[in-house]
Amino acid sequence: MTSETLILLSLLAPTVGALLVSLTGSAPNLRESISTLATLVTFGAVAPLTPRVLAGQRPRLDVMEVLPGVDLAFEVEPLGMLYALVASGLWIITSLYAIGYMRGHNEQNQTRFFVCFALAISAALGIAFSANLFTLFLFYEVLTFSTFPLVTHHGTEKAKQAGRIYLGILVTTSVCFLLLAVVWTFQLTGSLEFRPGGILAGKASGSTLTALMVLYAFGAGKAALMPFHRWLPNAMVAPTPVSALLHAVAVVKAGVFTILKVIVYVFGIETIAAGGHSDWLMWVASGTLLLASLVAITQDNLKARLAYSTISQLSYIVLGGALATAEGVLGGGMHIVMHAVGKITLFFCAGAIYVAAHKTEISTMNGLARRMPFTMTAFTIGSLSIIGLPPFGGTWGKWYLGLGAARGDNHLFIFVLMLSSLLSIGYLMPVVLRAFFRPPDPESNSHHGEHADEDSGSQHASHKGGRHEGIQEAPLLCVGPLCAAAVGCLVLFFTSDQILQLLLPITTGAR
Amino acid sequence: MTLHLPAIAILLPLLSAPICVAVRHALVTRLLTVAVGWGSLAVSGELLRQALSGAPIHYELGGFAPPLGIEYVIDTTTGYVLVIVSTIAAVVFSFGATTRGAALPAGREHLYYGAMLLCLAGLLGMTITGDAFNVFVFLEISSLSSYALIGLGQDRRAPVAAFSYLIMGTIGGTFFLLGIGFLYQATGTLNMADMAERLASLHRSRTVHVAFGFLTVGLSLKLAVFPLHQWLPNAYARAPAVISAFLSATATKVMYYVLVRMIFTIFGATFVFGKMGMDMALVPLSLGAMFVGSLAAIFQTDLKRLLAYSSVAQIGYMTLGLSFNSVNGLTGGLAHLFNHALMKGGLFLAVACLVYRVGSSRLDDLAGLGKCMPITSAAFVTGGLALIGVPATVGFISKWYLVLAALETGQYLFAGLILLSSLLAVAYVLRVVEVLYFKAPKSPDVREAPVSLLLPTWILIGATVVFGLRTELTAGLARSAAMQLLGAGS
Repeated sequence: MTSETLILLSLLAPTVGALLVSLTGSAPNLRESISTLATLVTFGAVAPLTPRVLAGQRPRLDVMEVLPGVDLAFEVEPLGMLYALVASGLWIITSLYAIGYMRGHNEQNQTRFFVCFALAISAALGIAFSANLFTLFLFYEVLTFSTFPLVTHHGTEKAKQAGRIYLGILVTTSVCFLLLAVVWTFQLTGSLEFRPGGILAGKASGSTLTALMVLYAFGAGKAALMPFHRWLPNAMVAPTPVSALLHAVAVVKAGVFTILKVIVYVFGIETIAAGGHSDWLMWVASGTLLLASLVAITQDNLKARLAYSTISQLSYIVLGGALATAEGVLGGGMHIVMHAVGKITLFFCAGAIYVAAHKTEISTMNGLARRMPFTMTAFTIGSLSIIGLPPFGGTWGKWYLGLGAARGDNHLFIFVLMLSSLLSIGYLMPVVLRAFFRPPDPESNSHHGEHADEDSGSQHASHKGGRHEGIQEAPLLCVGPLCAAAVGCLVLFFTSDQILQLLLPITTGAR
Repeated sequence: MTLHLPAIAILLPLLSAPICVAVRHALVTRLLTVAVGWGSLAVSGELLRQALSGAPIHYELGGFAPPLGIEYVIDTTTGYVLVIVSTIAAVVFSFGATTRGAALPAGREHLYYGAMLLCLAGLLGMTITGDAFNVFVFLEISSLSSYALIGLGQDRRAPVAAFSYLIMGTIGGTFFLLGIGFLYQATGTLNMADMAERLASLHRSRTVHVAFGFLTVGLSLKLAVFPLHQWLPNAYARAPAVISAFLSATATKVMYYVLVRMIFTIFGATFVFGKMGMDMALVPLSLGAMFVGSLAAIFQTDLKRLLAYSSVAQIGYMTLGLSFNSVNGLTGGLAHLFNHALMKGGLFLAVACLVYRVGSSRLDDLAGLGKCMPITSAAFVTGGLALIGVPATVGFISKWYLVLAALETGQYLFAGLILLSSLLAVAYVLRVVEVLYFKAPKSPDVREAPVSLLLPTWILIGATVVFGLRTELTAGLARSAAMQLLGAGS
């Protein structure tokens, strides 16, 4: 197949999937088959593009000219290729996990859930393959609006409130800052194209460039830079598969991806390094990554803790871009992948714990590993990868980020990275220690036992976990994907070289 | 035949109106109205095509040469507005022609159709004529018939709303007439082109200044420029939703066109902005409209009122675009003319669908309809996204040009304010979405609106997406119109 067809197919497969899912809502088995098929077709369309991009091709698809100089067009470059691979690859296992989770949990409005989910993936791929700022902005907004019904899925007052914050922050930042920056860029350069080496170089004064940098960095509100991070913990009211794929991978990575892409292809690394336009951003990112880690330690709700951990890890990637060195950007790109796989593992585990044991608070998870050994082992692996210990993928992201800081003579930030790694041990390891080494909490179990007795007549898989002896894992469709994700963390440690090969041209091609 | 097209464009609806009233037969009048709507669209489209292919068309009505006779002039801007008005007319007439859409008491339908056609004739006439007094005549034709249309609403308060609109509208019309009178005194002509020529040497005349004042205020009243907008929410909220769809998408748009004509063709941008400093008044008022209108919309409990207040805000965008006095600004304003007509027309039609099934447009009565009427609700959500200005909808295109105009003239604050105010739209659209989708339905057995109503609604709503991506017809035309206007005026 030609590259154009593949690009089109990867964008259309989730959309058509969403359409078919909405039509087959009355037959859950058929609906889920279509949903899974869509994930496979999408990945099947994205994956074959990889060798072509590795070989130096930049497949392009021009759709139409919307306004003079403003096109709807797609072009696959290494950074986008990587993001697309991550989003579409993890969608497969998330989709399986979602089936197990949603059924195990007897959720309402499952059809709407799967439709919006597919649309969100389609938007994420649109962002990944966008050839210019307009296309990126278009799909960025589609992603916001398509995930809104997922955040408000439960329709409760709390969910509605979270939805307002979600939409409020994401739309405000994107319209007031990002769109302004995009129009401003167009006004200065007459172009919106992503070009190696950037389009802004020499087109504006230094202070204008810094102002634009501010607008872009905060405009990509999905990157959750403080003080625009509050939407992410709020979005955790969504069902766990949404938190896992969207609010640990697709949506948040769309934010940092936007920032990286703007730094590399709109400003140009050299321009930024020479002008110091992103110096302030290093401090904001460092502040965010330390503060968020500290907040994470105080959270007792597991998903909230993971959310703050995500905020912190996203700022690693932003920091990588802000360093404006080749290694920094490489580290940022690498960390997109590593964090995605690690964090999705952790969220899968959180969801599995919720389905099987109905626990959301960390303080109630004592001795949980005896009942859910697979889940908790996977959680440990995911945690180690996020912390950045070998032999797990997370190591390499931090390695290159540290290298980037060293090359740019920003040694202080190596220290920031170290400190934050220590903090991440502080917020992730207690969960593992509690689950493996503390005896099950008698009080919490008796409470839970009562709860189970009430529902003893119920046939739900989720309610099987009433007794506290023996293995009580979540449904197979939950445990399978989370184990696969954990294995992924391990595999990525040994395959990081391919990722590096893919990413290298974005730093050298500029010259 | 093609020679007399400009006259046919006006005579078609003007003569069909009395026929409707005379025939009184429900089905015949209905079919006639729909036929006239689409016929007008065909004529307007042809006129636009001719205007684009060469020099502006000058047509001497009745064969009397100006300045004695009345002249019709069709350039790009005229053709563009004609097409907008007749497109909306064709679609809304088709919607209203199913008796279900009109929601009128039986036996009075022919009056409703007659008034609709008269209103259309007036709007097209104001657009096409090149004679200042003739504008006033058509203004009164369209205004009087719109008072009647609003008064036809089944709401008991509709006659009151129509009456207060009549008072405000008459004041506006009178001011306009006074302005024309002063101009006639100063220039001795009523033909716009002649006026423009003679006014060039009269920039210091006090008579001209007074004329300018009367004309601007009169038009602003009819256009509902903040703070002269008070009549609009009542009128649109009390009228049947179809009428609101028609009026909101056409009446204010034509008034905007007349204002543009007056500024750029008759007085000239140098006089208006340079000498009179119109932008100093218009910019704050536009910003006021954008914020006050949107904020007021957030707190409405009736969907029609909510949309009406949103219209006040959207008119602010259009006048702001005009006051930049630049090609991109005017392009944004004129493009928004078309874009807003599409989305507000579509949204009001969606409301008409909801009203048809539920009998009320109060937000409380619309709870949970997202489940019962998914296609209508989806139309509303799409239209709402266009109001917000999400990319790939028409709202984005207008916003793009307005922000670009603000940035290129170095008014960074305005660029920020334009974007900020568009966020207020998120708040009021989200409010409706929450009502439609997250509340428990009052009566779960409400059915989806009939296809005959859904189709016209989705034609307009679909167009907001299509023209959000294909912009040669909207922004492209608006741009060449803006260049023509600015080239002629400065």
